[in-house]
Amino acid sequence: MSMRTVKHYIKSFLFLELIQGMMVTGKYLFKRKITLQYPEQKTPISPRFRGLHAQRRYANGEERCIACKLCEAVCPALAITIDVEERDDGTRRTSKYDIDLFKCIYCGFCEEACPVDAIVETDVFEYHFENRGENIMTKDKLLAVGDKYEDSIAANRAADAPYR
Amino acid sequence: MSDDQVTFTVDDVELSAPKGSMLIQATDKAGIHIPRFCYHDKLSVAANCRMCLVDVEKAPKPMPACATPIMEGMVVHTKSAKAVEAQKSVMEFLLINHPLDCPICDQGGECELQDLSVAYGGDKSQYTDIKRVVFDKDIGPLIQTELTRCIQCTRCVRFGEEIAGMRELGMTDRGDRAVIGTFIAKSVDSEMSGNVIDICPVGALTAKPSRFTGRAWEMQQHAAVSPHDSVGSNLYIHTLDGKVNRVVPRANESINEVWISDRDRFSYQGLYSDDRATRPMIKLKGEWVETDWNTALQYAIDGLQLVIKENSVNELACWISPNATLEEHYLTQKLIRGLGSNNIDHRLRQTDFTDQSFAPVMPWIGKDIESIERLEAILLVGSHVRKEQPLIAHRFRKAFRHHQVKISAVNPRKFKWRFKTSHELISSAEGMVENLAGIAKAVGADQANVSALISAASVDEGHKAIAEELTTAGEAATIFMGNIAAQHPQFSVLRALSHAIAKQTGATLAYLPEAANTAGAWLAGSVPHRFAGGSKANSTGANISEMLASPKKALITFNIEPEFDVANPAQAMDAMDAADFKIVINNYATEAMKEYADVILPLSAFSETSGTYVNAEGFWQSFKGAVSPLGESRPGWKIIRVLANLMKVDGFDYMSSEDVRNEVKEQCRELQLDNSISVDAPIANISKTDGLQRVGDVSLYSVDSLVRRSTPLQLTKDADHNHAAINSTLAAKLKLEDGDRVSITQSGHCELTDIRIDNALADDCVWLPAAEELSVQMGTTYSPIELEKA
Repeated sequence: MSMRTVKHYIKSFLFLELIQGMMVTGKYLFKRKITLQYPEQKTPISPRFRGLHAQRRYANGEERCIACKLCEAVCPALAITIDVEERDDGTRRTSKYDIDLFKCIYCGFCEEACPVDAIVETDVFEYHFENRGENIMTKDKLLAVGDKYEDSIAANRAADAPYR
Repeated sequence: MSDDQVTFTVDDVELSAPKGSMLIQATDKAGIHIPRFCYHDKLSVAANCRMCLVDVEKAPKPMPACATPIMEGMVVHTKSAKAVEAQKSVMEFLLINHPLDCPICDQGGECELQDLSVAYGGDKSQYTDIKRVVFDKDIGPLIQTELTRCIQCTRCVRFGEEIAGMRELGMTDRGDRAVIGTFIAKSVDSEMSGNVIDICPVGALTAKPSRFTGRAWEMQQHAAVSPHDSVGSNLYIHTLDGKVNRVVPRANESINEVWISDRDRFSYQGLYSDDRATRPMIKLKGEWVETDWNTALQYAIDGLQLVIKENSVNELACWISPNATLEEHYLTQKLIRGLGSNNIDHRLRQTDFTDQSFAPVMPWIGKDIESIERLEAILLVGSHVRKEQPLIAHRFRKAFRHHQVKISAVNPRKFKWRFKTSHELISSAEGMVENLAGIAKAVGADQANVSALISAASVDEGHKAIAEELTTAGEAATIFMGNIAAQHPQFSVLRALSHAIAKQTGATLAYLPEAANTAGAWLAGSVPHRFAGGSKANSTGANISEMLASPKKALITFNIEPEFDVANPAQAMDAMDAADFKIVINNYATEAMKEYADVILPLSAFSETSGTYVNAEGFWQSFKGAVSPLGESRPGWKIIRVLANLMKVDGFDYMSSEDVRNEVKEQCRELQLDNSISVDAPIANISKTDGLQRVGDVSLYSVDSLVRRSTPLQLTKDADHNHAAINSTLAAKLKLEDGDRVSITQSGHCELTDIRIDNALADDCVWLPAAEELSVQMGTTYSPIELEKA
């Protein structure tokens, strides 16, 4: 019987490995917890987080987007579709602004390309679709998201401004 | 090295260029880039943007490359610190007042200022004051202004003065208050005005119809050829999402240089009009039913065959648009002839066919377009060339600016030209013949078929002067017969007389073919008396005039609206009513067609089909479709091919339009083009009109169904034809004043309209153009008309 076999038997009969393992468990049992109880508790989010898209408005309620199509051009996933028209007051506006969230890879290029900070990615990441077609974020939906989260969007932009 | 060449050094590269040429021309040729805004190859040098400043050794200050003549031994640095600093400073000045609105500017992505500001612009502006604001001007339906963006390069001003010949845009005030505008509040109406959109280096002048529709980077570019006039201007069609979004010129020095007419540029706006035919339709018991191609084709064939069986194959006729492609013409005539008929014609606006069997193989200008610039004398016979073939008129103007070419005209109206004419003989239709005979007599011409006319002619000062000009110029003179001549009731006489004059003086006899493919239609055999390649047909079919006078029972119309496109609309509609079975192959399905047709087969437009056009200089230009056919429409050559296959006509096994073209080319291989006409050619009788005569042309924006549907073109001043005109002598006789309501009666049809008084007209002539709403139910243009106060 070799020395190795003897050691193995001793370890096994004295539950040494089990005790070692339980010690790790025991240590974590009394350590400060890092697990959060999502959704009641949430992790902090960077102001640069790229979640659900939104379209912003100016303070006077005018939509920011001017249909320059730069986001459409820069989008690597070809998720954005824009149609342009001249609005009655002569300004250049979108008649259609769709983002397909199934195609989108959340790279944030659209946000970077936008000359007027119209298209942004909010820190909202909790959304789901129940029906076909809901993955298309239309202009109305995007503006609604923007209206709802304008405070946090503005705060995030302000927080990140020194580094942009 | 010859004496007129100088050598100099640019960026350590030794170059040589002709003496007196500007530095920028030499560097452009050598591929050395110097930034510029105001310099344009086709315009005079203004040197006012200062962007092209370069460092010339021994010169104290940087010099503008566009206005610095090359000197022997000159040493130039385009990228030295001094040059670049100067260029960057200029750029900073230019950007002071330029708005930062690239994202909403239509020029964004194809803007010269944007491109150069990437290379020379700073990332911060030192300027903190308020930017200049200039209010926009409405200069018509074609060009959108955004004058705050203007950098005062004055390219548009110079274009107006030098190319278009209309000083429409100008610069007022100076310094930072200088603004571009029209001198008095008016629109820009030149038939070539759209070119300022291309030459504007910034987004100050952009195309109004395609405003805000797409960005430069998302459009696809396809080469095309203009489907309207016989110049065959080279185009680029820019498409977006499978639709034509805009049209821009494609440079071709020997045809259209870098310009195109507004008609070529904006006609695409008619492509997607509401009445575009997108599905085959058949009339069942008086009701129109949309159906599939198989059903429609079978219905068409059954109908045709029934009429042919009940009557004879001689009752089969075809009227085809002269704007159809060479392939469409060739296959259509091959089908009609394959069935045993020769009744096919594309000369829809022509009324005199007396000498058709003596006509040249195809009407053309007898030389290349570029050589027009070198002519010494020009005689226009029945031609409103400025509106008919705007880019040929541009060559006339170039010749005039260069060496004051002597231009004279024999016309029914004193048109407004963009060059000076030395003599214009204005008269009614018979007067034109008399005037031409007068000129013939003055040059001492004699020709068998017109000798009686010439000897009877009286010669006045005008005739003598024109004769003198033509004789002096000799071979450097050309007699151009235009669209009005081709529509003239004594076309054969005009042709014989022009030929006699040309023969006597040594001048060239030239035709300005009427439509995009008039020349191609002749080559393809789309005439009742000739096969493809100009060989004599086995028997002569009925020409359009005969087909109108004694209507045929079965009729195929190919892309025409007879009420607009045929010389005698009233007669054409009667002929339609008299026919038993009518197949309409057309881009559009109009209400009128639904009245008369039995089958409507949707045809693809020029942007959707491949084909070939033969232009005025006999140059074959093939093109491919830029977009796929709209809806269920199909290219014409395919429609005709399938019709022929289904009717079991042999020889229609083409796989592509190239196959068809090659077959036509083969038949035209040994063709010798010659515009002269036999001295024995018969000529038409000259009938004197008693009373008033209607005169007129076809307006620039009424020539074909596509331009008639282009809304922006129809909003221009050139499209305003809802009136008749007479001269003041006639007005005094009829006691009419400008703007009075009058009733006009011709061919038993009466219309009410306003009268305008215009002394550009001859006595006893009433100007009423064809192919207008006013004249769609009337007769031919040069025939008697009644006019009285309403």
